[in-house]
Amino acid sequence: MTEYFLHIAIISALHIILALSLNLIIGYCGQVSLGHAAFYGLGAYTSALAAIHWQASFFLTLPLAGVVAALFGLGLGIPTLRLRDDYLAIVTLGFGIIVDLILLNLEVTGGPDGLVRIPPPQLAGVDFRNKFMYLLLVALVVAFTLGLIYRLVHSRHGRALKAIRDHEMTARVMGINAAAYKISIFTLAAGLAGLAGALYAHYITFINPESFGLHTSILVLTMVVLGGMGSILGSVVGAGVLTILPELFRRFADYQDLAYGAMLIALLIWRPQGLLGTGKISQKFSLAKNRAKKGN
Amino acid sequence: MFLEIDQLSKSFGGLQALDRVSFQVQMGAIQALIGPNGAGKTTCFNLISGVLPPSAGSIRLLGREISGLPPHQIARLGLARTFQNIQLFGGMTVLENVLVGQHIHLHGNLLATLLNLPAIRRQERRSIAYVRELLDFVGLADKESWSADSLAYGEQRRLEIARALALQPRLLLLDEPAAGMNPRETEDLMALIASIQERDITVLLIEHDMNLVMNISKSIVVFDQGRVIAQGPPRAIRQNPQVIEAYLGKEEDADDV
Repeated sequence: MTEYFLHIAIISALHIILALSLNLIIGYCGQVSLGHAAFYGLGAYTSALAAIHWQASFFLTLPLAGVVAALFGLGLGIPTLRLRDDYLAIVTLGFGIIVDLILLNLEVTGGPDGLVRIPPPQLAGVDFRNKFMYLLLVALVVAFTLGLIYRLVHSRHGRALKAIRDHEMTARVMGINAAAYKISIFTLAAGLAGLAGALYAHYITFINPESFGLHTSILVLTMVVLGGMGSILGSVVGAGVLTILPELFRRFADYQDLAYGAMLIALLIWRPQGLLGTGKISQKFSLAKNRAKKGN
Repeated sequence: MFLEIDQLSKSFGGLQALDRVSFQVQMGAIQALIGPNGAGKTTCFNLISGVLPPSAGSIRLLGREISGLPPHQIARLGLARTFQNIQLFGGMTVLENVLVGQHIHLHGNLLATLLNLPAIRRQERRSIAYVRELLDFVGLADKESWSADSLAYGEQRRLEIARALALQPRLLLLDEPAAGMNPRETEDLMALIASIQERDITVLLIEHDMNLVMNISKSIVVFDQGRVIAQGPPRAIRQNPQVIEAYLGKEEDADDV
């Protein structure tokens, strides 16, 4: 039973990293991304392949996974972050599907079967097959992510991001290079998702494309919206709740996507700021504001 | 010359919003752009601040060509502006709004920020102290922790001015700062603009309140249908027949009605 709880804690922690990083893009920068799981997958596959083919240590493949995912984020961000929000949503959605298809069809990624026998991390005799030790490792990365995001959003860079979210053109008139900020944040968020991917791969020791598809992107998005866009604690709570709840309702697994969709819609109608959002933060995405706009 | 606008044109599809507009602004002056609605004044501001690219012509700030530069670069060259329809960062506090204006004066890359180095903390403290002075200057000192969109209308206008001043600009563009203000608020605003000039900031403003314009501007440029039809000191503008015609229409027109 303890094993089971530890497992849930580890998965929750991974989801927290994913939700926090996506929240940077959506909640702080005001950009829509529907393909976040692709970066999670890229990180997982990068780390797993490096470990399997080069016998590289996990403590090298982990940062490598972050860097590779970040580079993909940069490559996707440069041409697309100039687009308007709704187009950006479509492009990131498409990117997620493309990555999923590539992972499914390449030989090196093992196609639909994925990769097996991914070695667990090894460091100075610590046995990371012990779930408790692994949880500590993941918790360390969560702490790193939390610290990084906390510092970021409470600095002049965080203010610049919020300014871009609230009024992009006005932010630019204030001397903020909006395009550079959006691309940097997208890259950073992709890198963090890549780290989570590596942690996932070496924990489960077996990965296939199924874990990194649209389903996961939507799940993470739901966590961010549920917790509250632009709230750090919100992402933590959102990730926790949406990892634990499905465990309690295992019998209804088939209806999970339906439930997430319904939850998203319900939230956007009745509580667009999420559980812990401050209310003003997600105006950009709220229906009420769009209505007001049309009224003008 | 401080600001030189030369043969500046802007068309939106078939509509010629600005047609070969030329005028100059002297350093340290308060100068006004006036004219009927749709005359191209705000378009002119948008071109100067880089919000829109011009179709033709040149804009030189202190001898440097700025037309076509992105707005964030123009801001770094010393230009700040406010908007006709107030554009505050609604999700942020009054203090934070003004701090955004300090962005270009704060340094430190991402790493230094993430490590929260002492230099960064010092800089942030200095910046906050400076912003508080500005809030005091515009009379919003007691509302720094309010959310920007909970302020009253006149206060929002003043907050926008404080935010623009936080850029420590050399040229400040004010787009209808007195719009929607009552006579007392307008009175305060006039005093505020005069004290901005005392900070060695050149002010170019668009305004419909003729009392305000005639009182504080050294020079006035009159727009009509995308062209400049007159420029000069307030007294000359007041008596210029073309200006009177643009504002009041021709006498024959009046007879037709």
